Amino acid sequence: MRNPFRTSALAAIALVAVVGCASTTATPAPPTAPPATPPPGQTATPAPSTAAEPGVDDGTRITAWTRASTQSQAQMLVAAYNATHKNQVDMQIVPNDNMQTKVGAAAAAGSLPDIISGDVVFMPNWASQGLFTDITANIAALPYASTLVQGPIKASTVGGKQYGLPFIMDLSVWVYNKDLFTKAGLDPNKPPTTLAEYAADADAIQKLNIKDTYGTEIPGQCFGCEVFTWWPTIWADGGQVMNAEGTAATLNTDEAKKVYAIYQSLVKDTAPGDKSEAGATWVAGFQSGKVGIQPYPGSILNAIPASVNYGVAPIAGLTAGTQSTFIGGDAIGITSNSKHADQAWNFLAWTMSDYAQTEIVAKNLGIPVRSDLANNKYSAADPRVVIVNQVAAKGQTPLAKNFGAAFNDPAGPWGVLTRDVLYGGGATSSKLDAENAAITKVLAGS
Amino acid sequence: MGVEWSSAPASRSARQGGWWTTRRRSRQLMGLLYVAPTVIFVAVFFIAPLVLVANMSASHWTLLGGNKGLNLPDNYSAIQESSLFWPAVVFTIEYTVLATVMLIGLGLGLALLIQSGGVWKGFLRTAFLLPSAMGLASASLLFYGLYSNQIGPINPILETMRVTTSPIQFLEEPLSALWWTTFLIVWRFAGFYMLILLVGLQAIPRDVYESASIDGANRWDSFRFITIPLLRRSLALSLILCITGSMLAFDQFYILTQGGPDNSTVTIVELIYHYAFQSQNLGTAAALSVVLLGILLILNAIQFLSLRGAEEFR
Repeated sequence: MRNPFRTSALAAIALVAVVGCASTTATPAPPTAPPATPPPGQTATPAPSTAAEPGVDDGTRITAWTRASTQSQAQMLVAAYNATHKNQVDMQIVPNDNMQTKVGAAAAAGSLPDIISGDVVFMPNWASQGLFTDITANIAALPYASTLVQGPIKASTVGGKQYGLPFIMDLSVWVYNKDLFTKAGLDPNKPPTTLAEYAADADAIQKLNIKDTYGTEIPGQCFGCEVFTWWPTIWADGGQVMNAEGTAATLNTDEAKKVYAIYQSLVKDTAPGDKSEAGATWVAGFQSGKVGIQPYPGSILNAIPASVNYGVAPIAGLTAGTQSTFIGGDAIGITSNSKHADQAWNFLAWTMSDYAQTEIVAKNLGIPVRSDLANNKYSAADPRVVIVNQVAAKGQTPLAKNFGAAFNDPAGPWGVLTRDVLYGGGATSSKLDAENAAITKVLAGS
Repeated sequence: MGVEWSSAPASRSARQGGWWTTRRRSRQLMGLLYVAPTVIFVAVFFIAPLVLVANMSASHWTLLGGNKGLNLPDNYSAIQESSLFWPAVVFTIEYTVLATVMLIGLGLGLALLIQSGGVWKGFLRTAFLLPSAMGLASASLLFYGLYSNQIGPINPILETMRVTTSPIQFLEEPLSALWWTTFLIVWRFAGFYMLILLVGLQAIPRDVYESASIDGANRWDSFRFITIPLLRRSLALSLILCITGSMLAFDQFYILTQGGPDNSTVTIVELIYHYAFQSQNLGTAAALSVVLLGILLILNAIQFLSLRGAEEFR
């Protein structure tokens, strides 16, 4: 042999070259193996309780994923649970935009965590694809089952079986800066009662012309935010955004056009950077006292620093006296490939206990998921929280299997509509009907 | 030992019995064994996925639901009908041309600068190469922060220095989004291409330049008639890497603009991602991947053929 080392070295280098030739633009590669999702309810459902606490607490490590926008409340609950139980929950925070992708990729690979807490609007899709374990019996065994907020449970119900529970309630409300109101000559104790008044208040604050301070905020690239904050106005007046099955959109009605017209007129009262705001920092302006009035998630009122003197108002409709809200937030379920279903149920049931809902959630200005705890000692102490809890009764959770692809997708049809309405042809855009039809096409699905 | 690896065709007369044939066979076997790891790697990591993607592109395959049977050619016609497809192709080509011109031009300039020597040679070389230490996604996140309206430091600094009076909107408009994203790429990759071209430059012997200047050639002539032709191989390599990499652009656009504003910065790979994870349709995503593979094969074939002239030079 002439030089065996040279040949094997060349082979080794060739090997490394082949392996190392991974694309320089390494994308999060989705697995290509066919997913092996078991049909719903195939794995053993967690044992309903016999002891004081449902489920099993035996020191298992439970993995969980939750969304970034509801992370503060989730982390508080997890910390309190871990401190008082042998089980330890290991919660990973996932950026909102990545949630669909991450869950999809993990589902295809069979590597989902034990618990997933995700946006309630994604639950119809996930539940119908067999991602979660059937917990109908477990829910029924809870003593307070009838007082749980029904929206998230309905969203997670497929074929009569329930796969999810409400975890973190989020309602959309309006917040306003009382100091800016006073400066603009508006009464800080009289928030707007119609969308037109909201616009007038924003105009008044914008006219103050304070540097870096704006009347309102509209995140131009955050289409989920617009769903969360524009739709309640349509609902307040009795309108609808989709048909009951969630397969056709009705976002080009006259009511909708009136709402769009008002928001279009508000673009001049917003910061120039709002046009490309994708949602990561859409409340930062208000939290630094630089925005007069804007929509806001009710679950993170505690994130507004004490330096901002703020008030809360329910989102109003076009006519006076009408209010509504988007009942969103996270629903939570135990995944179908989890090996610790009993322990996971222990955690889930605990989060709905009196202690967790009052001492952790309500104490930190969160919204309890049980209606029997809506009036607790903490909520009574802060009238702003009372407003939020009261409007929950008038809100809706829209359900559609292809919700994400139609409304949250950055390249999706709802985004095309909102940007046309805000920055393009406006509320009277000739393309509105075509845009609505495009949304219907995605909702109807393939 | 003097035994030839490359076997002359064994003539029947040379095959003298069992001993010789066994030795030849064992040599062949050794050869196969040496090549085996690479063959296995190529088969498992290259050919098998290719076959799988081709199969996926011909099937109705959803993200959460799995393979639901063949449906050729529905996926391919779905791509054709999509309103995002042709704009994505046009934009990707536009971006590829822009990025390639800037990267190779700047890379060559930097390489010439360093080649011409000077005290700062080592420092400059390190400075230009340093961005390569950062992953592309990390670099994109860094620039996302820099360009941000809420937390970016550039606008406040410029306004304090009185260079601008109103904030620069980096990613608001389609054209500025393209330029500022390309700026990120140039910052990140210029050093890399500078390195490739520098190696090529250093291989050019000095006496060629000396004899040229004796013959009366000026700087521009020696650049045009000596440097460029002798750099052909390095330029070919840079061109192929750059064009392929730019056609596959994803990270920077996904992180900085998410395809916006108004879907004006959607690249082909972003569209694949969109089909896979937003529309949850792996079949169409795979079909688009196959289309992209075809485009890249054609492009690279053209480049190989036209740049092959370098062979006769050596």
